[in-house]
Amino acid sequence: MSGATADVSIPSLQRAPLERRALVSNFLTGLAWLVALLAAVPLFSVLYMLIVRGGSRLNLEALTALPPAGFEMGGGFGNALVGTVVMVGIGAAIAVPVGILAAVFLAELGSNSTLGNVARFATKTLTGLPSILAGVLAYALVVLVTGSYSAPAGGVALSLLMVPTVILTAEEAIKMVPKIMKDAAYGMGCTRTQVILKVLLPTALPGIITGVMLAVARAAGETAPLLFTALSSSYWLYQDGHLALMQPTASLAVLIYNFSGMPFDNQIELAWAASLVLVLIVLVINVVSRFLGRPKI
Amino acid sequence: MSSVPAHGADRVRVLSMNGGLEFDRGTSVSQPPSTFDLFVDRGFRALSHVGVMLVLLIIALLLWEIGGKALPGMQRAGLGFITGTTWDVGREQYGILPAIWGTMYSSLLALLIGGVAGITMAVFLTQDFLAPRVAAMFRTIVELLAAIPSVVYGLWGIFVVIPFVRPIAETLHDEFGWIPFFSTSLSGPGLLPASLVLAIMILPTVAAVSQDALRAVPFRIKQAAYGLGATRWEAILRVIVPTASTGIFGALVLGFGRALGETMALAMLVGNSNQITLSMFSPANTLAALLALNFPEAGPREVEILMYGAMVLMAITLIVNVIGSWIMLVANREPRR
Repeated sequence: MSGATADVSIPSLQRAPLERRALVSNFLTGLAWLVALLAAVPLFSVLYMLIVRGGSRLNLEALTALPPAGFEMGGGFGNALVGTVVMVGIGAAIAVPVGILAAVFLAELGSNSTLGNVARFATKTLTGLPSILAGVLAYALVVLVTGSYSAPAGGVALSLLMVPTVILTAEEAIKMVPKIMKDAAYGMGCTRTQVILKVLLPTALPGIITGVMLAVARAAGETAPLLFTALSSSYWLYQDGHLALMQPTASLAVLIYNFSGMPFDNQIELAWAASLVLVLIVLVINVVSRFLGRPKI
Repeated sequence: MSSVPAHGADRVRVLSMNGGLEFDRGTSVSQPPSTFDLFVDRGFRALSHVGVMLVLLIIALLLWEIGGKALPGMQRAGLGFITGTTWDVGREQYGILPAIWGTMYSSLLALLIGGVAGITMAVFLTQDFLAPRVAAMFRTIVELLAAIPSVVYGLWGIFVVIPFVRPIAETLHDEFGWIPFFSTSLSGPGLLPASLVLAIMILPTVAAVSQDALRAVPFRIKQAAYGLGATRWEAILRVIVPTASTGIFGALVLGFGRALGETMALAMLVGNSNQITLSMFSPANTLAALLALNFPEAGPREVEILMYGAMVLMAITLIVNVIGSWIMLVANREPRR
């Protein structure tokens, strides 16, 4: 008995930093740090360029004037700013009600029904829909039918991209509402609709707003779906006393794309300034939604 | 009870009196829903059904509208559309093989770069390398990378990435020009700068989905590996990552799907030249960029052809995305032991 225990050699438990395994491990840790830092470089490079090149051109004229033609100096992107706001507004007006209704179904009314599961899968697949295909669908549904490029066509294209985000975040938010709150409401004799409208949706509201804001931020930066639904324009949406709603409409994103390919310095400077404005809008919405979405208490 | 202030005591008394009276009349605060309530309930539930149906309608419309509008184009251009290599609107010759090739090439190159970086980032953020606050900072950086609009990446690519990559590409071409990947020189836009920007754009997707997969690995599996004497990276590479492999694979597929459909950055950086090439410094074209460039000024006959192209793009991305979503479904469903 005692002889057997004596044979067991106790392994060295001391750390050997120069052993091959330890070196490999440390090397890989260094590599991971390098990758993480490299991944951060583009963000700071983009922000730096936006501030330096866009910031130098950003002034009141840039925000309020119409785009300059060819060799013209000065000018701005006021109409594009308005166009972006209008089209994202149209998109949200369509996507938010539809998205929340669908989310209510997925989270509460039919969460495990066949229809619910199929729709959830469809929604997840739609999140990966190339934005240009949303543009193609809006082109077929609105532009070909009404016969003109317009702000509503752009809004419909954007709404197609916003719906999946709104649904998935709202579904998560509704599912997070504690079951006891629901049970209490049912115990009082509420109908399912009353439970949904008076308990679930108000409680889930911060989460739902976060989702809506993220969808809005994404839509504001979308270019591809607007290229051939809203096209672009050098005029105001509302000019000389009439509203040109069914006319081609400018947007920040398309303006950046068009100006980036021009051989004129003035236009390229404006593209940078418009990018700065667009990124500021998107980042502010992102930060605010993050703040709102933070769990309370 | 005696410590309750007079005001509060009043209210309690009034409330209890009221409640008592109502209780005597056979009613209470809670009551069965009225006919109106039931009517509203029916209506709202039907509305919610409509909402879900609209989502399915979007998918149906995508297939029906794009497929239907592409039909005349399919009859006209036939299968030669997919195998043809020239795109000449004047002579009505439409071939998208170069665009399909460019789409696959740029997406795979982007997946190679962005996928490796994204998974590394996910490991870095989930495996206790960093203090929670530093990890949160890096997580925010990755999320903000996803927030920047693709057209801004395109502009940045033109003025920062291309000038930065050009001298490196020149050196590689001069020294290793015999390797097919470096066989041309980079004259401006090209596959490499486009793929680099694309890689940055899919990194957040890959990183976010992989993080979820890595977090789902049970803690005891990790502890068992450490308990057997594994170093940190032995545990990560041989135990944790393999356990999370289904989810990570799903992340790569979803990232690939995103890369296939990305439009603006490529339209601005890839050079829009219809050629099939192995060289990553050569300009090329992609399906999405082809659509973006040709749709705005297309006549009715060309629209039919472009709808055909949109259908091909939709078929490719839909297949990749359905596979990706399905892998995620399986990865989340399978019980982990």
